[in-house]
Amino acid sequence: MRPAGLVARIKDPFATRSRRRRILVAYTFMLPSLIVLAVFMFYPLIRAAILSFTNYSVFGVTRYVGLSNYITLFHNSQFWGDLVNTVYYAGVTTPVSVALALALALLLNRRGLPARGVLRAAIFLPAVVSLAVAAIPFRLMFTPSIGLITYWLGAVGVHSTDWLDSTTLAMPAVIIVGIWKNVGFYMVIYIAGLQTIPKEFYEAARIDGASTWRRFRNITWPLLSNTTMFVTIIALIASFQAFDQIFVMTQGGPAFSTETLVMLIYRQGFQQFQLGYASAIGYILVLIILLFSLFQMRYFNRRAIRY
Amino acid sequence: MARAGVSPPARPSAPRARRRRILGTGWALAVAIAAALIIVFPLLWMFTTSIKPESEIISAHPGLFSATVTGSNYVQAWHAIDFPRLFMNTVIFAGGVTILSLTFDSLTAYALARLDFPGKNVIFVLVLITLMLPFQVNLIPLFLLLTKLHWINTYQGLILPRATNAFGIFFLRQFFLSIPKELEDAARVDGASEFKIYRTVILRMSVPALLTLGLFHFMYNWNDLLWPLIVSTNASMYTLSSGLALFLGQHVIQYGLIMAGSVLAIVPMVIAFLVIQRRFVESIATSGLR
Repeated sequence: MRPAGLVARIKDPFATRSRRRRILVAYTFMLPSLIVLAVFMFYPLIRAAILSFTNYSVFGVTRYVGLSNYITLFHNSQFWGDLVNTVYYAGVTTPVSVALALALALLLNRRGLPARGVLRAAIFLPAVVSLAVAAIPFRLMFTPSIGLITYWLGAVGVHSTDWLDSTTLAMPAVIIVGIWKNVGFYMVIYIAGLQTIPKEFYEAARIDGASTWRRFRNITWPLLSNTTMFVTIIALIASFQAFDQIFVMTQGGPAFSTETLVMLIYRQGFQQFQLGYASAIGYILVLIILLFSLFQMRYFNRRAIRY
Repeated sequence: MARAGVSPPARPSAPRARRRRILGTGWALAVAIAAALIIVFPLLWMFTTSIKPESEIISAHPGLFSATVTGSNYVQAWHAIDFPRLFMNTVIFAGGVTILSLTFDSLTAYALARLDFPGKNVIFVLVLITLMLPFQVNLIPLFLLLTKLHWINTYQGLILPRATNAFGIFFLRQFFLSIPKELEDAARVDGASEFKIYRTVILRMSVPALLTLGLFHFMYNWNDLLWPLIVSTNASMYTLSSGLALFLGQHVIQYGLIMAGSVLAIVPMVIAFLVIQRRFVESIATSGLR
């Protein structure tokens, strides 16, 4: 094959020229993207790696410190606490969001349900509003002096303190807001998944007298497995990057009980100016998310074969 | 066998089955309405609180609605926060990113889907790697880079680092691959340039995909907090999200004022959503599937 191509090329000088032209055209098409990626993605990525091996801060002399930042991290209870917080946040937010989204999708995909469009839109609404702004009413709602939630809970005998002032309740509060923001988004993806399931399957099952649960267990759930995987992965990746509502509601407090890894990067980098140290935390986050993204890659590859 | 066994008795009880289905729908409706109310409640409360006088907000027996309606919170919020400025910044930021990213992403996606050149696989793999990287890892070096370029507190600082997007390139490449090649063959035979084919055939066939992606880019950047928080340190360059989040820090005890500000901040997106609701929902649906 190669010699034939070589012969053709030697024989036809125009082929070489048109080939060179084709390459030139292709790279011209990609030039803007490649410049942006190189300058604002890959250069910073390398810079972050280098920074993570220095003691770079706004003050003082910068020196290479080897793995010192990483070693400090591994001996730092603050870092481990924040890692635990991040895993806690992601570990609750992801399964609860996905399960609720599926339940709502099944509910709102029912034939003959009145006002389906309006209900779907209402549940989807949080997905379009800014989480940073929506977290503002949430912050006040959890405050006992004015919040309706705490007032109504008090009326039925549950006396709660300020959730956001409690090291045990602050995390559930920001988790609730995280779920609130995304559940409608995932629901819509699930509804789209449900609509790809052929109706004949359900008709056949009904004729066979299968119960609602059996129909769900044996038709809906297995046929939705691709959707479930997709939703779970994007939910996991999003929850490992949680920041907005935490920044607005608790700033990571009280006593760092809601500080996640991204909050820690922000605080170390932009409030304490430990830029080298913060870069090292960034790379730990990369490792965690890379792990989950590898699953996503495999998922995309599988789909690429199927379609 | 099962078919024969179940079918005959099903007929006489058809009215009962219908009644049960209606009852089931009733339950489903009740649960769905409850879920929708719970989800909308915080936004509703935000609105009703914003039109209450301060004395009623901090009353010992708060209600959802109040007897007296006031617009004074809005007047105050409008004077305390430069909303036209925040709105303009957000439109320029989200709109600029969307337009540039759609242009650059589609050009690259075209090359990856339709042209043959050495290094194609390397570039595609680089795009996939970028897809997996959390942008927070680049936060600090990007901040240092923008500082060196004197791009902190500028629109180019906000927009250009996001002018291309790995997800956008990947998404459009997949879409372009699904467009039949025959459509461009005629143009190619006529000697049309690649750019002309890209512009007149591929882009024209991809309007729905471009709208979907554009909506994604726009919504994501409109609502983003962390990035504008870092690039803008000057109040005149804040976006709606970062401006409101930072405003809250200073005025946390003026509840009515904050709620009115929050309402003003989310109203543009809510209206946009209500106007093109179907488009929004379809976009999300196609993003995960197809």
